[in-house]
Amino acid sequence: MPIQTPFHQRTSEHNKNLDWKDWGGYFASNSYNVVNDFEYYAFRHSAGLIDVTPLFKYKVTGKDATLFLSRLIVKDISKLKLNQATYCCWCDDRGMVIDDGTVMYFAENEYFVTAADPSYSWFSRFIKKLDVKIEDVTDTICALALQGPTSRDILKNVCDADIDSLKFFWTTSAKGDGFEFKISRTGYTGDLGYELWVKNADAIKLFDALWHAGQNYNIRMSGIAALDIARIEAGLVMNGVDYHSSLHALIPEQMSTPYELGLGWAVNLDRDPFMGQKALKAEKKNGSKWATVGIDIDWPDLEELYKKHGLPPHTDAGAWRTSIPVYHPQNKTKQIGYATSGTWSPLLKKNIALVTIQKEYAKPGTEVNFEVTVEHHREKVRAIVGKPQFFNPKRKRSIVKKENNE
Amino acid sequence: MSKKYDAIIIGGGHNGLINAAYLAKAGKDVLVLEKRHVLGGAAVSEEVFPGYTFSVCSYVVSLFRPHIIRELNLAKHGYDIIPMDASFQPLPDGDMGLCRWGDASRTRREIARFSKKDSEVYGEFSKVMTHMAKMAKEIIDHPAPDVASINPKELSSLLRMGKVFKNMGPELLQMNTKLLTMSSADFLDLWFESEVLKGPMSVSGIIGTFLGVRSPGTAYVLLHHYMGELDGAFRSWGFSKGGTGGVSIACANAAKSFGAEIRTNVNVSHVKIKNGKATGVVLANGDEIDSKIVISNLDPNRTYLKMIGENNLESNITKEIKRFKLRGSSGKVNFALNGVPNFCKKRDGLEFMKGDIAIVPNVDYVERAYDQAKYGEFSERPYINIVVPSLTDPTLAPPGKHVMSCFVQYAPFNIKEGAENWPKLADKFGDAVQETIKEYVPDFDSLVEHRQVVTPWDLQETFGLTEGNIFQGELTLEQLLFQRPISGYAKYKTPIRGLWMSGSGTHPGGGIMGSGGELSAKSILKDKAI
Repeated sequence: MPIQTPFHQRTSEHNKNLDWKDWGGYFASNSYNVVNDFEYYAFRHSAGLIDVTPLFKYKVTGKDATLFLSRLIVKDISKLKLNQATYCCWCDDRGMVIDDGTVMYFAENEYFVTAADPSYSWFSRFIKKLDVKIEDVTDTICALALQGPTSRDILKNVCDADIDSLKFFWTTSAKGDGFEFKISRTGYTGDLGYELWVKNADAIKLFDALWHAGQNYNIRMSGIAALDIARIEAGLVMNGVDYHSSLHALIPEQMSTPYELGLGWAVNLDRDPFMGQKALKAEKKNGSKWATVGIDIDWPDLEELYKKHGLPPHTDAGAWRTSIPVYHPQNKTKQIGYATSGTWSPLLKKNIALVTIQKEYAKPGTEVNFEVTVEHHREKVRAIVGKPQFFNPKRKRSIVKKENNE
Repeated sequence: MSKKYDAIIIGGGHNGLINAAYLAKAGKDVLVLEKRHVLGGAAVSEEVFPGYTFSVCSYVVSLFRPHIIRELNLAKHGYDIIPMDASFQPLPDGDMGLCRWGDASRTRREIARFSKKDSEVYGEFSKVMTHMAKMAKEIIDHPAPDVASINPKELSSLLRMGKVFKNMGPELLQMNTKLLTMSSADFLDLWFESEVLKGPMSVSGIIGTFLGVRSPGTAYVLLHHYMGELDGAFRSWGFSKGGTGGVSIACANAAKSFGAEIRTNVNVSHVKIKNGKATGVVLANGDEIDSKIVISNLDPNRTYLKMIGENNLESNITKEIKRFKLRGSSGKVNFALNGVPNFCKKRDGLEFMKGDIAIVPNVDYVERAYDQAKYGEFSERPYINIVVPSLTDPTLAPPGKHVMSCFVQYAPFNIKEGAENWPKLADKFGDAVQETIKEYVPDFDSLVEHRQVVTPWDLQETFGLTEGNIFQGELTLEQLLFQRPISGYAKYKTPIRGLWMSGSGTHPGGGIMGSGGELSAKSILKDKAI
């Protein structure tokens, strides 16, 4: 049975819907309300607060910590500046992705790593003779994500840190009223937002401070269901949904490389050896077999299909995570890929999905066929291939200039 | 100076801007001219008092066509709608009031306090209205066919519309006839018994018209409330982030991204007409700008009588256009508040106030409000549709403070003192609204920091809405479809060649829909007018 996070006392007060999910062995609110789209809108219009404690969290310390992480992670961690953070993934020596997460450079020889899967064992087996210590802090450090356009204003009201000048993917230490915590300008919504890391003992203090300050900024509790919509709009892939860790894959077909996941930008190939380097170099040279794309499922087509049945068009409320076949542009019986997750985008008024597709069909603008089930009948509608990132507002990276503060 | 544009659009309201965006997207050289310093027309956000931003006129968005959002990529340009949580109707004497939520079971329990039967019928009613709305949608997303024409294209379009009706089946067809002919109160009587529930439901049929809830023909407008649900939007009504001006800004940004040019503070005097053809515009300062076509986003009255001028019109057309009913019947009162106006202290939290708040305790209340209006007075106890958008979008007011927008009906343009005397009555009108609100929020006076009263006269003088009609002409059956604005010129054309229309005064009209702009632009392109 899942256990409670240090925020449970508060999140359970808000969870009117009693809709809990098991996330990494913890109780996580799937949705706080029966009608939960406002939990999504909070990310885009004000601020949504999510308990993200179940993320696996590791403290990596020691003189060789930089070297160690640089060897394990496909991104060159030695390039990180103090207080900087980076999104990254790590692979096995076949270049197959094990997991993705964030590495934060908190202090000299001290890194903070988050992961979707338990990763202590994988990391530990490569310490060997290096001066590195890995501490699993998953159960001692808890976390909240505060995401949305008003998150900056809320955070400014609860701590002393210079939030205005904190850049995208940078971190800072902060002091609140009687507690200390770490802030990283990171998140899983593709919007302006922060993740806050705090000792279990101070969990409620941080929560209450945010909730109190948030009252003037329309703060809302948001659940995993809402987060799923936002992360699909932002084109962020999810371990266990859009790809599978090579450690869990039963057959090679279930594995993916960073390039295939659209994470090529997070690979630094030409440097000292790192896990998977050889395979990734070969892939870079020879080309990948698969690609991850976004598709925009044609709404007029869908409307037409529903009309055939005398129905108004319908989409599920919220995101879905079932595998759905994607077919060849002309040959509608030839499968060329599959959607792994998708959603109706309330903001873009588009029906969108993340799709793993054969490389030759990954060019933006390619028209493919997507399977839909209308009134128990399997049908196909057109869908246009594009980049996975459907929504990328300027505010995500914006900085408040000092002179505007007055 | 001598540059000749493909098209000049008079009026930078949302329809004009959408029109510009579609034409520019098609590669046309487009210029939009707006008289005021801000874009948006009636879909405008203005910082009326320092720190407080108001949707001065139109205050909610419901019917904006989703395909326009997709086709013009409006989300990228800042189009951002926050759905409304709830619809609350406070009741006097400390009652809990009635709140209708997105959560159907919760709504059922709320309605059951007034009528158990109604609470169960409510869902059935929604289903039927959704069917009806499906039909209406077919109509609003296409230009209206011309019934008098024998042109095969028109006939096939008419046939398509006929098919929509035919496919409805006898039961729905019968319902449709009722919907088109009955009053909104009578139509609701077919379903519901609770006067409390029927109050806020019935007023949907009279918004922006000089009719009462018991006037025949008002039922049709009820449909509009069910239309949004067909577009995959789970709630039909919403706030635009930063006020309704946000919609216009997004449309303007989209138009600019396609290469359109937009100028503000440019007052057009009239359309330049040569041999019955529009050749450009003449500005108030005497300057002239040439173009192949001109598109008026102004209401039919202004377009025909000011932009074209009676001299250029046949007398029967002038007569028709003068008969086009405007009859503004509403005003706006906007408040800057130093705290939350709590409309029901018995309810937990503020969620119930994050949608609209309707002051209409029952059907009689609103019919009584109409009684006064019939004889040229504003209602002392009017129907008020209140929103406090800053509860949802905190950027509109300083932290802890709020903006509150009140749509007030009835405030007849043709008041017995004479429309031009509205400015003198503005304060009295504002007081009546404030007094009405105080019946539900006793400490309201102490919350008010500023008040802006927008009378029908202001709607005409500042926003160019003749007689203060918020829809550029009443949305009554005889002024819809092929009769909007006048028979024979319902397809965005006018008697002047090269002069087109695109505002709310054209089919399908009303609300922040964008259809007028879109369909007008598409008609222009299809016609190869430029």
